[in-house]
Amino acid sequence: MLTTVRKNTMLADGIYRLILSAPQVAADAEPGQFVHVQTAPQMSRDPFLRRPLSIHECSPQEGTIALLYEVVGRGTHLLSHLQPGDEVDLLGPLGRGFTLVPGRRPVLVGGGMGLAPLLFLARRLREAGQRPAVLVGFRRGRDVVASEDFAALGCQVEIATEDGSVGFRGVVTTLLEKHLSSEDAVYACGPRPMLSALKDACQQAGAPLQVSLEERMGCGIGACLGCACPTPNGYVRVCTEGPVFWAEEVDLHG
Amino acid sequence: MADLTTVLGPLKLPNPVLVASGTFGYGEEYGTYIDLNQLGGLVVKGTTLHPRGGNRPPRIVETPAGLLNSVGLQNPGVDAVIREELPKLTGLKCPVIVNIAGSTVGEYAEVAARLNGQPSVAALEINISCPNVEEGGLAFGTDPVMVRDVVQAVREATTLPLICKLSPNVGDIVQIAEAAVEGGAQILSLINTVLGMSIDVQARRPVLANTFGGLSGPAIRPIALRMVWEVYAALRVPIIGMGGITSGQDALEFILAGAGAIAVGSANFVDPRISVRIIRELEAYIESQGLDGLSSLVGAAHP
Ligand SMILES: Cc1cc2nc3c(=O)[nH]c(=O)nc-3n(C[C@H](O)[C@H](O)[C@H](O)COP(=O)(O)OP(=O)(O)OC[C@H]3O[C@@H](n4cnc5c(N)ncnc54)[C@H](O)[C@@H]3O)c2cc1C
Ligand SMILES: Cc1cc2nc3c(=O)[nH]c(=O)nc-3n(C[C@H](O)[C@H](O)[C@H](O)COP(=O)(O)O)c2cc1C
Ligand code: FES
Repeated sequence: MLTTVRKNTMLADGIYRLILSAPQVAADAEPGQFVHVQTAPQMSRDPFLRRPLSIHECSPQEGTIALLYEVVGRGTHLLSHLQPGDEVDLLGPLGRGFTLVPGRRPVLVGGGMGLAPLLFLARRLREAGQRPAVLVGFRRGRDVVASEDFAALGCQVEIATEDGSVGFRGVVTTLLEKHLSSEDAVYACGPRPMLSALKDACQQAGAPLQVSLEERMGCGIGACLGCACPTPNGYVRVCTEGPVFWAEEVDLHG
Repeated sequence: MADLTTVLGPLKLPNPVLVASGTFGYGEEYGTYIDLNQLGGLVVKGTTLHPRGGNRPPRIVETPAGLLNSVGLQNPGVDAVIREELPKLTGLKCPVIVNIAGSTVGEYAEVAARLNGQPSVAALEINISCPNVEEGGLAFGTDPVMVRDVVQAVREATTLPLICKLSPNVGDIVQIAEAAVEGGAQILSLINTVLGMSIDVQARRPVLANTFGGLSGPAIRPIALRMVWEVYAALRVPIIGMGGITSGQDALEFILAGAGAIAVGSANFVDPRISVRIIRELEAYIESQGLDGLSSLVGAAHP
């Protein structure tokens, strides 16, 4: 469907927030779902495939969604040039999002751009009367984005940076290990090695863990079987059965 | 009103726009975007005798004007397809074609036999781009003798209209096409994906876990078009043309080269409504040219 750019703002070097007027998506979206975005200029079909991006924020009242993306290649580079008023074609909301776990302290863990889906999730958890702790990790202090948005929702935010220039020096997994208790429910998105380490930590602590996975996609709607993720019972589709899985459902090393 | 009814040998289609095997699942996923009844035909995912898990990820990599895939023949096996998928497709107005695959001639024949008499199946499409384990893993589709043998075995196992889908990874496509017709194929589909690869220079490893993958999308359109042209020129057999079709204009190129019908593959990923859009564009073309239908255009670019 066609959506319209409201704003496209650079938040840090190479990291942007894109706000789109997309009433239907905003009305239907659940935290953890994604949209499949056409980045090719109209008629050019270049780049050929769409790009999957998590729904970062969502306002059904205003009919808008926000995407948070890092420029890593051609598709995201093209997105960074969008201007207010430009049209963007997207499919969505797609996939299975996070399940809100009642009666446990929510701990949200994001590695790099993996924090993208967590803001929308934090809002929904707040609306459900929960108070999430948010742990986010970045490579460098100058990559730190969106932490004030979590704070504004009333979340307790802790930051880890690998260069130590902001917050805790080290990786976000270490930060989690300090916090984790069997009373927690953990919601995570980030690189595979991070998720794999979290799975071990949560298993030991007895805390349920949901992970949002990335895989290269063709269709994004479940038809091509391109986005396979291994499980003990064969492959599942990240775009359809995921992108959010219970950690024990999927093989994170595979 | 433009009449798009299309006749390919024994197979009658409401219009010449099909969706290609492996790019459309069993149709279900696209049902929220388009009315499947409008399609000229729906070719379902490659089906084998036994369930296949498919290849390890990553399975997809974008390349200039297309993509490489190494999905492998992930499918639940012919019995599960008959039990769980085909019943959902009964009642659909458009013909359903099952794409079949195997690792031995016997397996192809057995899959065909089990599909024979299934009420929702209008035709079989034999995917000969698979490795033949009895011949050291050489793809069936690369050797005329193997092509004739496998088509013949399927022919003997089914009364359904038979399509043979050719692999472009061969020296002489006409020779392979002749072998398929000799074996009993009434219609030819061309082309399947073109073998390729991509390397991650950071990791210094192939991107696809499977090393090689099949290239599809606009990148292969000129190759596909040339092959349709050659086979039509030599054999005048009914052809379903495919490879990088993204518009009515692309479809017309194939029709003018000799395809009686076309299939839309990877473009479905980019726009799930594209098949119906192409049908509308063909109707508009017929009307703007004052034609009754498309049949007079099939192969019309040949001297
Ligand atoms: C469900 C899901 C949600 C995502 N959410 C976000 C998000 O909110 N913010 C964000 O910055 N990024 C997100 N990503 C990653 C994002 O899709 C890629 O960074 C983006 O596709 C890169 O496109 P490109 O053209 O700039 O890069 P290129 O490297 O040029 O892309 C080439 C191809 O590889 C694919 N690709 C490259 N990196 C990835 C990746 N990490 N995951 C999947 N496919 C990839 C592209 O889609 C494209 O097909 C998400 C990925 C998935 C699967
Ligand atoms: C992800 C994917 C899966 C495919 N699976 C099959 C298959 O199971 N059997 C088959 O005969 N062809 C398969 N194909 C090939 C397509 O049907 C088609 O021949 C090819 O992609 C060229 O058309 P296109 O460029 O329009 O995609 C597959 C293609 C893709 C991209
Ligand atoms: S991307 Fe096609 S099935 Fe998931």
